[in-house]
Amino acid sequence: MSIRFSRRLAVPLSTVAVVSLALTACGGGTTKSSTANEATAAPSSTGSAKADPNAPLKEGLKIAYLPKQLNNPYTDVEVGGGKVAVGELKGEYKLVGPNDASASSQVSYINTLIQQQQDVIAVAANDPNAVCPSLNQARKAGIKVVAFDSDASKSCRDVFINQATTQGIGESLVKMASELAGGSGEIAVLSATPNATNQNSWIAVMKTELAKPENAKLKLVKIAYGNDDDQKSFTEAQGLLQSYPNLKVIVSPTTVGIAAASRYVSASAYKGKVAITGLGLPNQMRQYVKDSTVKKFALWNPADIGYLAAYAGAALKSGQITGAEGEKFKAGKLGDYTVGADGEIVLGPPTEFTAANIDQFNF
Amino acid sequence: MSADTAVSESRTAGLTARFGNWTVAIIAVTIVVLIIAAATVNNFGTSQNFGFLVLDLLPIALVALPMTLVIVTGEIDLSVASTLGLSSAVMGSLWNSNQPIETIIPICLLLGAVLGAVNGFFVTVLGLPSLAVTIGTLALYRGLAFVVLGDSAVADFPAVYTDWVTGNIAGTPIPNVLLIIVALAVVFGVVLHATPIGRAVFAVGASEQAARFAGVRPGRLKFWLYVVSGLVAGLAGVLWTLRYSSARADNGAGLELAVVAAVLLGGVSIFGGKGALPGVIAGVLLLASLQNALRLSDVSNEALNVVTGVLLIVSVLAPNLANAVRGSVQRRRHRTTNPL
Repeated sequence: MSIRFSRRLAVPLSTVAVVSLALTACGGGTTKSSTANEATAAPSSTGSAKADPNAPLKEGLKIAYLPKQLNNPYTDVEVGGGKVAVGELKGEYKLVGPNDASASSQVSYINTLIQQQQDVIAVAANDPNAVCPSLNQARKAGIKVVAFDSDASKSCRDVFINQATTQGIGESLVKMASELAGGSGEIAVLSATPNATNQNSWIAVMKTELAKPENAKLKLVKIAYGNDDDQKSFTEAQGLLQSYPNLKVIVSPTTVGIAAASRYVSASAYKGKVAITGLGLPNQMRQYVKDSTVKKFALWNPADIGYLAAYAGAALKSGQITGAEGEKFKAGKLGDYTVGADGEIVLGPPTEFTAANIDQFNF
Repeated sequence: MSADTAVSESRTAGLTARFGNWTVAIIAVTIVVLIIAAATVNNFGTSQNFGFLVLDLLPIALVALPMTLVIVTGEIDLSVASTLGLSSAVMGSLWNSNQPIETIIPICLLLGAVLGAVNGFFVTVLGLPSLAVTIGTLALYRGLAFVVLGDSAVADFPAVYTDWVTGNIAGTPIPNVLLIIVALAVVFGVVLHATPIGRAVFAVGASEQAARFAGVRPGRLKFWLYVVSGLVAGLAGVLWTLRYSSARADNGAGLELAVVAAVLLGGVSIFGGKGALPGVIAGVLLLASLQNALRLSDVSNEALNVVTGVLLIVSVLAPNLANAVRGSVQRRRHRTTNPL
């Protein structure tokens, strides 16, 4: 059976090639550098309005949470805090989200929320840019957008609830790693997905911290990615220990990763030789702290993030804040907050969990 | 019987004869679902939601068109979503290396055609089973996408292009991309149902041997169908990238199953030889609008998957059941009219 290049199809195909070459040759094409200076147009909703710190908080607000994915224990705690706050605010709470942590499926949900005329969308972005056009459509429709956990691009949300400063978390991860390694030796990072915004900014700070003279004896040998999948993280932890026999500490700044790594180490010959630390949930980590696989790990209280997001959203929708730097609002039991640069609202310092205090936390 | 009903009956009979019972049934079901959704689901019938709906079904609708022809010949192409992903990744990578987008887009289309030709080569020249070949290239092309772009995402595509993809025809609520869908649907519909190529596609699907005796070259036909399938998947990759303003290697992962589901729901036989493009368009629209309406009604994602799964089973089961019933009715009639 022979394949001959059909003349009928050859013509259009070669036309395409010639036309594209001609276009390039003219030099009139649109390239990355020719568009680099185009300003990304943000809707004017923030610019024109003025903040009135004394405006009363509106009741009956429809506040919807769109986490990275549903059925993730960490996310459940986050939005659980949001539900409590929406209750206090006498609003309508809603939770929607994809089962896979993909950017495209989040867009469909944002579109649905626009149609449902929500007042506030609290979103943890899977891809900071892919959700942008639809978030801006939401803002044009008068919906306030609060990013939490993982930020969307600055141009398409009103405020971002930062669980802790990137700097603070990166520093605390290195500090714990250094204490556990006794100040010197090989360490490795077990992260989530390679393009998770939050993970990468923490790892960037860790690298700067590790470059400092006091950490000169600590060596970051590998960054592995478990994709926030239990099985993959487990295998990656296993791989790290096999590839780097002198490894002293695995730092996993993700709840899925740290639990999977701890599960592997607690049942292996490495127990007691290799320390696990990072960011984890007390309920998931309790058994590994009790069996002394894990000496210490850190986290902010995720319920507080969801809680603060609801209050920030309500403050935006009520006109108390617009997302500009320096504006202040009250967030129920968490107290007073000030909007920082780029619309960031920092939750507070992370909490360190050890065998001594872990039983005080239930999330 | 009035003349009107006679005419409409003969018209329905004509449609049925041309496209088959299932096609008429699926179009009717889709229209009923759309009417019910518009009447009962808040905000389903708005023009903005129509835009969202069209954008959501865009990649599935495009890829389903050549997929219909491929499946009618009795083959399958499961690599389409990975071709889409690789097209997206290459687009991002070339954009990062400062190539003009006017060059990048034709390159991505050409790339899709080449990837399709690779499938076609393995299936027609080497005679390997298309299921195995395209499962292989599904993994291969997705892997290459990650080689090209790694795990990064490229986002800063020119607003002129991204706005066009997400925008409407000026002054109307009709999304721009609907033009692409309609244009390609018409082309594929005409080719399949009104040209010798289309007749050859059905002939090959019904019996490759018989088609060969009738002067059709099945290998050549299938090869070019794979090329077109790849080309359209490449185009879908470009549009996907512009719609989300994000080129990523994992774009469109899993889309092939949605496409095959829509094509089968549209009444195309997985064994080849049977099917009609209007039914496939209805299948795509039915799946997308059901998902959209259920989401607007706050039905969970798990339930959405269940609905899609049940629909697919029904679509495979119903024509067989209908045939069985018709067969038994005809046998009975035969007995009564010919008592001897």
